[in-house]
Amino acid sequence: MTFAGWFTIAAFVVVVSALAFPLGTYMANVYSGERVFLSPIFSGFERLLYRIVRVDEERQQDWKSYAKSLIIFSLAGWLFLYFVLRTQDAFFVPHALNPLGYHSAPADVTFNTVSSFMTNTNWQFYSGETTMTYLSQMIGLTVQNWLSAGVGIVVAVALVRGIIGRSGKGIGNFWQDMVRTILYVLAPLSIIGALVLASQGVIANFSDYLTVHTITGLNQTIAMGPVAGQEAIKELGTNGGGFFNTNSAHPFENPTQFTNFFEMLLVLIIPAALIFMYGRMTGNRRQGYAIYGTVMIMFLGAVVVAYIAEAHGSPAQHAAGLHTAVVSGSGGGNMEGKEQRFGIAGSALFDVITTVTSCGAVNSAIESFTGIGGAVPFANLSASEVIFGGVGTGLYSILLYVLLAVFIGGLMVGRTPEWLGKKLEAREIKLAGLGILITPLAALFCTALAVATRAGRMSISEAATSAKLGIHTPQAFSESFYAYLSQANNNGSAFAGYTGFIQPNAGNLGSHGITLATVLGGFDMVLARYAPILFALAVAGALAGKRVTPAGLGTMRTDNGTFVVLLIGVIVLVGALTFFPALLLGPIVQGLTGHLY
Amino acid sequence: MKPWQRDTITSILAVIVFAVLTGLLYPLAITGISQVAFPGDANGQQIHLDGKLIGSKLIGQSFASPVLGKNGKPEEKEGELVTEPDPRYFQSRPSATEGGAYNAAASTFSNHGPNSVKTREADEENIKAYLELNKNPATKAEYDPGLTVARIPVDAANSSASGLDPEISKANAWIQAYRIAAVRHLPLASVDSLIARYTSGRGLGFSGEEGVNVLELNLALDRVTAGTS
Repeated sequence: MTFAGWFTIAAFVVVVSALAFPLGTYMANVYSGERVFLSPIFSGFERLLYRIVRVDEERQQDWKSYAKSLIIFSLAGWLFLYFVLRTQDAFFVPHALNPLGYHSAPADVTFNTVSSFMTNTNWQFYSGETTMTYLSQMIGLTVQNWLSAGVGIVVAVALVRGIIGRSGKGIGNFWQDMVRTILYVLAPLSIIGALVLASQGVIANFSDYLTVHTITGLNQTIAMGPVAGQEAIKELGTNGGGFFNTNSAHPFENPTQFTNFFEMLLVLIIPAALIFMYGRMTGNRRQGYAIYGTVMIMFLGAVVVAYIAEAHGSPAQHAAGLHTAVVSGSGGGNMEGKEQRFGIAGSALFDVITTVTSCGAVNSAIESFTGIGGAVPFANLSASEVIFGGVGTGLYSILLYVLLAVFIGGLMVGRTPEWLGKKLEAREIKLAGLGILITPLAALFCTALAVATRAGRMSISEAATSAKLGIHTPQAFSESFYAYLSQANNNGSAFAGYTGFIQPNAGNLGSHGITLATVLGGFDMVLARYAPILFALAVAGALAGKRVTPAGLGTMRTDNGTFVVLLIGVIVLVGALTFFPALLLGPIVQGLTGHLY
Repeated sequence: MKPWQRDTITSILAVIVFAVLTGLLYPLAITGISQVAFPGDANGQQIHLDGKLIGSKLIGQSFASPVLGKNGKPEEKEGELVTEPDPRYFQSRPSATEGGAYNAAASTFSNHGPNSVKTREADEENIKAYLELNKNPATKAEYDPGLTVARIPVDAANSSASGLDPEISKANAWIQAYRIAAVRHLPLASVDSLIARYTSGRGLGFSGEEGVNVLELNLALDRVTAGTS
């Protein structure tokens, strides 16, 4: 561990908070229909868009109508992406956009990929530079990076509207929310982000792959592509699907020490801003700060553990005789699967940021993290995307937890639970409970199926199988469990040994018998994305019609330190009760024993 | 029209509109602007030598030479070229890309687990190769007199994430400098000053780690040896 490492973590927290606060205020204005500084530029275009897609943006939708629009829109996006990916080498694709003549991936891999990008997961059973054409990356994957981010954000906004609704059933208009999210929030930030990244070395071109003759007489082929645009929205929308196979570890996606810091800011800024937006829109900023404090405490805990664990090094390194302490000119630590320019702190921090949010981009190999370092992303995922979480998903997920915490707090003090002046009743608590539990359920069910069947175990990497003993190791369980936990939480990061093969360039033949993993994963993602969305919208609908009663002496406060402790307790309790037995079998065993398999 | 029918029409139109906006206009605009404003960066910071493309500053390379077989042709094993590190050049980090090290058309993690025997074996192999390379073949003595297993920097034994890491740590470069100075008959101090010149600093003064760009450093070495700078 180094001073610069700790300083990076501290500086990141300060900078992201300082940027998220004004952005939260701005977003609150956007979704309240107030004029913002971009209105003069976009409002005409915005009206034109409504006319083209034929919507009456003034029409308020109740939760069912809002949900219907959302589901049908997602379905249309799914079909469009499936069409794009399955026609990669069709006659209408120009050569410049498929310079290597890639074929399409098989149906099951495409099913997984399409579900993955529609749900903001960006789990990748394919390798970008060896299977995807430039056209697929652009009009296929990049489009869903925008749209899936938008869908997440509008659900959070709708839930906030339900909470503050004074009468009636309306929770906003889905189409208006989508258009505004894309024009006023995502577009300006993406364009700035992409240009900053491009100026630092993230490539943006449509060239053929370069052929290089090195000074020692070797040949090297270098993959190219229009990366910068996709890179920016990939981080901002907490999507995380890399243009290249090694994601943000690839020098063309994340070329310098500076871009690493910048990309981390892009990932966390919208999830952080949404919490401030919530505080402002509900008129109870202190409660916004309380939630921000809650998630920040959990976030920092994760960062500290991951940094210390990775700086300490792995049992395999020590057994080989390597010294992992900091020495002059080297940061030491577990550098297996990490890039020199990011070092330990830059890798650990990036990893935590992208696993607390649903981003899932990686700048280092999570599979190679130490047992305890690797347990941190597990724990982050086990908290079900509430520690900042994905864009929108984070806010609506933690608000469901807030509901639960208010209910439990109410039981403890023996009063009717009230939240922001609204009485919570059986219906809301049931809906919130179901919304919280469906993701863990999907993750555990899929994991059980994947480790219990031969078809599932085929996906386990060779390296996680002990050659000497001929059995699967705890690492094999970690790989499988992480895959379905990550997909259920719509995260998309991976212990990448799981089905970690490179599909051959010619023909992309291969699902190589991993059909169970692709199909199971696809359903895992869709279920764990849309079921909680429906429950969140239902909660919004249930709250919208409730009358507000002024807070009395008996009202439990939801904006002070006691509530922060209660909320953390509820989140940890639900996560621990659900996942602890499974976590023990994988990363914790490895972290505690130091045994080599 | 029923609500779901209206939603369906709107959805289809919206997907088309957004696909054009975010999937065509946006990437085309970003690529176009970058090509004009930052052509070097947008095209991968290519490095040319005598008019020939010899690499990208950002993409690591293997500085190994092909081993010639008995027939005078480069030897191959299991479809991959057999190479041996060139002692005259600084060597990059171990790389786990498929189809040979530093395959920039297919980046890959090693995915070596922390508690795996395979990881230990890979580390031991890299350590052995590193010690071997930094040993004078004639005298069997280390070029760097203080070099032991415990002093090998972790980045020299652990494979990088992308398999394309363009940088090595300063500690790694300092050790290799002894070999370079001996093989190229250069004063150690001048090799060390080249290392300092091609070391990238931390971002904003604190972010990340310092690293030495291996390709740039090796090109500079060749220029020094050729007496052109």
